Amino acid sequence: MSASETSRLGAFRIEVRDFIRDKLPDDIRETVRSGRLGTAGETQRWQKILHEKGWVAPSWPVELGGVDWTPMQRNIFEEECALADCPPLDPMGLSMIGPLIIARGSQAQKDFYLPRILASEEKWCQGYSEPGSGSDLASLQTRAVADGDDYVVNGTKIWTSGTHAADRIFCLVRTDPDVKKQEGISLLLIDLKTPGISIRPIIGLNEMHFFNQIFFDDVRVPIANRVGEENRGWTYAKEVLGDERLQLSRTGENKRLLRQLKTIAAQEDHGGEKLADQDWFRRKLRRAEVRLKALDYTKLRFLQRAEAGEAIGPEVSMLKLQGSELIQELDEMLLEAVGHYGLPYDKSWMLIPRSELNESPIGSDYAGMLSANRFRHKGYTIAGGSSEVQRTIISKRVLGL
Amino acid sequence: MDFSLDDDLIMIRDGVSRFITDNYGFEARRELIDSDDGFSRNNWRRFAELGWLGAALPEEAGGIGMGPRASMVIMGELGKGLVVEPYLATVILGGELIARYGSQAQRDEILPQIAAGEIMLTLAHAEPGARYDLHGIATKAAPSGDGYVINGAKGMVLNAAGADRIIIPARTSGDRSDKSGISLFLVNGDAPGLSRHDYKTYDGGRASELELTDVAVSDADLIGALDQGHDALEEIMDHGLAALCAEAVGVMEVLFEATLEYLKTRKQFGRAIGEFQALQHRMSDMYMSLENARSMAFAATIALEGDDPDHRREEVAMAKVQINESAHLIGRQGAQMHGAIAITDELAAGHYYKRLSAIEALFGNSEHHLGRLADMG
Ligand SMILES: Cc1cc2nc3c(=O)[nH]c(=O)nc-3n(C[C@H](O)[C@H](O)[C@H](O)COP(=O)(O)OP(=O)(O)OC[C@H]3O[C@@H](n4cnc5c(N)ncnc54)[C@H](O)[C@@H]3O)c2cc1C
Repeated sequence: MSASETSRLGAFRIEVRDFIRDKLPDDIRETVRSGRLGTAGETQRWQKILHEKGWVAPSWPVELGGVDWTPMQRNIFEEECALADCPPLDPMGLSMIGPLIIARGSQAQKDFYLPRILASEEKWCQGYSEPGSGSDLASLQTRAVADGDDYVVNGTKIWTSGTHAADRIFCLVRTDPDVKKQEGISLLLIDLKTPGISIRPIIGLNEMHFFNQIFFDDVRVPIANRVGEENRGWTYAKEVLGDERLQLSRTGENKRLLRQLKTIAAQEDHGGEKLADQDWFRRKLRRAEVRLKALDYTKLRFLQRAEAGEAIGPEVSMLKLQGSELIQELDEMLLEAVGHYGLPYDKSWMLIPRSELNESPIGSDYAGMLSANRFRHKGYTIAGGSSEVQRTIISKRVLGL
Repeated sequence: MDFSLDDDLIMIRDGVSRFITDNYGFEARRELIDSDDGFSRNNWRRFAELGWLGAALPEEAGGIGMGPRASMVIMGELGKGLVVEPYLATVILGGELIARYGSQAQRDEILPQIAAGEIMLTLAHAEPGARYDLHGIATKAAPSGDGYVINGAKGMVLNAAGADRIIIPARTSGDRSDKSGISLFLVNGDAPGLSRHDYKTYDGGRASELELTDVAVSDADLIGALDQGHDALEEIMDHGLAALCAEAVGVMEVLFEATLEYLKTRKQFGRAIGEFQALQHRMSDMYMSLENARSMAFAATIALEGDDPDHRREEVAMAKVQINESAHLIGRQGAQMHGAIAITDELAAGHYYKRLSAIEALFGNSEHHLGRLADMG
């Protein structure tokens, strides 16, 4: 990178930092900083602030409300947001279905859906997985049969995150059962209020409502709500992964956790000495830091390749794989740092600010949230292509084994 | 070293196992966890009737005298059911301490009541800020009349809300981290000046933070010799650790078996996921790790049967290190190989993962016990 490029990026970083400092509402910052689970309302409020600034959809084309940032700038933006305790943006509309509609949707779909996503007026959820189709997503069974101007949809989707707060779902459904499994799948946009849809909540290991199962019972969906051509849904869904995969390394989130770990270690008393002053812990911390740094630089090398216009291949899997595993490692170090005070847990601590709870924290005000986040983050190595699937991609598609 | 179980132990083990199969299903346990007490007094009475509460305690004190091996097999089976009744707190931490260090009067009074399920105990093994150091004790007991008054704080006291008696280690001389000058006192659960902040733990358990303000005890409430409580405390915590290791083996066995079964039945890409070599190799590692955990947990129990404290300390510390390593592998990978369903509240596997996670952090993490071992030379 040239010196002028470096200073340009430095200036951009400061611009982002200043904006967040001035505009991120204190209550939302405090939610994220404390480790509590933010609400959909908080995310929405923050997205609206970003939208006003024109920054809410960095991956979209400028003319549709995106930003003309380079991959490097996007990376800086995401990292600064994470480090400044911004709530993570809801990826469902902005990063998943939005780009798909942009790439393959009809003009009518673009006109209708995109402004609502940008303005955070409508929330989406993703209906891909089914009880029998997880890693082998292409085996999905939910059926859509054309009948007049509609499809009639029957089947079930599971693990849909955030459906309980969502307005719409984008679903992969089978429209042709008689061809190769990848070639009979279509992508439908479905209003969750459509008759015949029922939702069963699934409570997570940390006792929070996160997942859902959705049942479709003769649900009529206008054919006009199909994205692109019939039976091409699988290909479309794969296409949008390309660009997004660069952002999946969670380096910002990792850096935030590492910082939290250092803060906690400086407070934890360990036999009359602070944990942060103990040699064994400092070595462990440094080891995690080396891993994070290596991941960060590897990601930067990917970004530089992308900026130079090089195509990024399946080797990018290494970013998601390592980033999610590192987060789990940091979660475990955080719990180790608080000793047995990681055990006390009440889900209200995740939802209600400490100041509004009529009780003093157990051990410390940070310890009670660590286990809930650890059990939530366990999903990171399962969702979005499990670690096993990523390793298979690397060994087969990169290494040719 | 004899790693066998005699017929009596096998009978006890099978009895506990049957009880759990019949009475301790996933939904039944969930109800207990959500109840006010957090466990079932009915179950506790059954434990007493079936002889489990006195199995390890000496015969002359109303027990059966089967020793630490009985605790090991009982804890192992309780682990398989993720049982939340306070066996560890009452029988091991409380009972073993009274049996080994209590005065004749304390033994006569308390042990038969433990065996009969009439009384519950716990040990306030830790103080806030001391982490896992047993001698990190700032709580003070000052002489007063024909007894003492105790002032201080205790943390992560298991099952304190239901305990009739709480054993409080307090300083009768020396400074905060001295090993000498620690004395152990029996305090009533409802003693004036004792206040509790009760809470749930993420694995379905209950614990409390305690504050003691001028809590009065008499000379008769002292357990063991004045100022000499540290070694007793360490010995009893070694019993607690060995029991916890035995429990962990039970927890791991169930999660391992559930994962194995899942790998044989869950199909993706047209075949059982157990046909993928990446998962096969991981299962092999987990299998070996579980065997090692079994060996070390058993060895810790055997060390309790001997009379060499140095050997006991070493074997128990090593066992906890091994258990933590195995629990980490089996917990994390057991969950990972179940996919998304593992991180829901609906499937038992996730709860086993949580308990393993908690066991890793209880009574000293690996780093703590490695520190103990390193100090042994
Ligand atoms: C936090 C979280 C959020 C999610 N949100 C959504 C959502 O919003 N919408 C949605 O549709 N889905 C969602 N999912 C579901 C997610 O896409 C699936 O969990 C994922 O595809 C894995 O499927 P599965 O859980 O059925 O596991 P399975 O595919 O059954 O896998 C079980 C185990 O087998 C391994 N395995 C499978 N195949 C192979 C192989 N060939 N070689 C080696 N190992 C293999 C897996 O890696 C895993 O360890 C979410 C999941 C999580 C954890």
